[in-house]
Amino acid sequence: MSSTQAEAFNRDQAIRIEQQITLQYRFAAGYYATHFFTALREEGKILGSRDAEGHVMVPPRPVNGLSGLPMDEWVEVGPDGVLAGCTIVYVPFIDPMTGVQRPVPYGFGLVRFNGADTSIYHLLDATEPEQIGVGKRVEAVFKPREERTGSLADIRNFRLLD
Amino acid sequence: MSSLPVRAAVVATGQTDHGRRLDASMAEIAREAIDRCLESCGLQFDDIDAVVAGNMEMFEGIYLVDQYFVGALGALGKPLYKLNTGGTVGASAALACYHLVASGRHRRVLGVGFQKQSEGSTQSAITTVGDPVWERAVMAGAIGNFASMASTYIAESGVTQEQAAKVAVKARRYACLNPHAHLKLPDITVEQVLESEMLAFPIHRLDFCPSSDGACAIVVAAEDLAGDLVEHPAWVHAVATAHDQQYMGDSPKRLAVMRSLQAAAKKAYGLAGIEHPLRDFDVAEIYEPASYAELALYENLSFCEMGDGGRLIDEGATLMDGQLPVNPSGGVLSTNPVGATAMIRVAEAAMQVMGQAGEHQIPDVRRALATGYGGNAWTDIMILSRERPRASAEVSTE
Repeated sequence: MSSTQAEAFNRDQAIRIEQQITLQYRFAAGYYATHFFTALREEGKILGSRDAEGHVMVPPRPVNGLSGLPMDEWVEVGPDGVLAGCTIVYVPFIDPMTGVQRPVPYGFGLVRFNGADTSIYHLLDATEPEQIGVGKRVEAVFKPREERTGSLADIRNFRLLD
Repeated sequence: MSSLPVRAAVVATGQTDHGRRLDASMAEIAREAIDRCLESCGLQFDDIDAVVAGNMEMFEGIYLVDQYFVGALGALGKPLYKLNTGGTVGASAALACYHLVASGRHRRVLGVGFQKQSEGSTQSAITTVGDPVWERAVMAGAIGNFASMASTYIAESGVTQEQAAKVAVKARRYACLNPHAHLKLPDITVEQVLESEMLAFPIHRLDFCPSSDGACAIVVAAEDLAGDLVEHPAWVHAVATAHDQQYMGDSPKRLAVMRSLQAAAKKAYGLAGIEHPLRDFDVAEIYEPASYAELALYENLSFCEMGDGGRLIDEGATLMDGQLPVNPSGGVLSTNPVGATAMIRVAEAAMQVMGQAGEHQIPDVRRALATGYGGNAWTDIMILSRERPRASAEVSTE
């Protein structure tokens, strides 16, 4: 833009073009997630993968990235665990599974299942900061069998035990 | 480890006036930074051998940035590399510029980082960062993630909300000295931070970065050219990159213990001969999207012992007149055009070394640190110096 053009450009009147793009995906979960989510859906069990040194990781995976060891054994963990991190969220956020704004406030945090070395993020059954805390014990609340579809959302949330 | 054949330096930087830039397209905003960058060192587009662009595509929904912006980036007929390493990408692009020059492949490389957060929905776009099978179903945006990390850090270090708020105050006051910064609050107080809206406990609105539009550009030049382009080139003494395992819950103490940052810092400090970072650096520009993150970064970058980040801000050690000024630019807390943000850290560190930082210039800067941290736990580090390195900065090939 030349200086003459810049002078003539009314920046407050600049045009914006609105677009809405809807894209649909179907993600192949693969062997590890299929095994995990089938056990979750059918039996209400949480499975981790274990290596020869006894490290257990959730989500399950082919290799322990820290040691390079294959994780070729399945082991049941949880359904209780402890909070490795936690918060109460007040800012509105569109739930990516439903496209609908999640009601606020809601609890959110990292759950380390008993028997596992890593954590997963999930929703907490809490709405006040006083209810939650790092190190507090929690337990998975499963949706009823008929509502479970084979996804992490088959766990409704985590209930505080402390 | 192996030495690269050519010494290289950052010789020019350019930034947009960051903020909500509804007046300019993405291509125009990138060009604004590039024009300022080239003008500052007197180079023309014809002088540039290659271009490295950094951007997070999902914020604007344009996935062939390198094609659509080839004209704006001045890259027609030249090698143009497009990177995305999350919030780290601006630093990754800067490191790539360095590698292209230090390897002897090119002599003058332009790096550009840019983002227009105003064009899409930042929090929704952040969802697409998560693993689709394991993480998206229960994501809570960048703020929920940072708030959870802050809780872990508080549990480990005992840092207080007041200490975090001091970081938020420092950033927005220093932003007033930076003509490019977005969020400038000259009269902000600790009380105001603590009374600002709670986004996700314990993160208040003023504990968190804004969503910005903006771009940043740098030129990295080979050793035989650098001295002709600027009086005091910002010589690259060390670079390092490290990342962690793939899922967000894999790191046992997120934020409190940043494994990839510790590993990258150890490597870079070793290469550059940094023994006591607090003493050996004259300024640091670090990637702190939340107030708590800056305190955790002090610890993980070994500015202090683990758990001592709160003490460092209480003592004023990281103020502009402290032992190691941190983010005199106002930092990420004042300006966050994501794809540009980590390149701004490199540019601001280079400006301090070149003596071009204007009102927020720290006197007599010899050595500066720049960091990027993004994605799950991707880390880039660059150490810049007034002194030309004895040999080409070494780069680990591990």
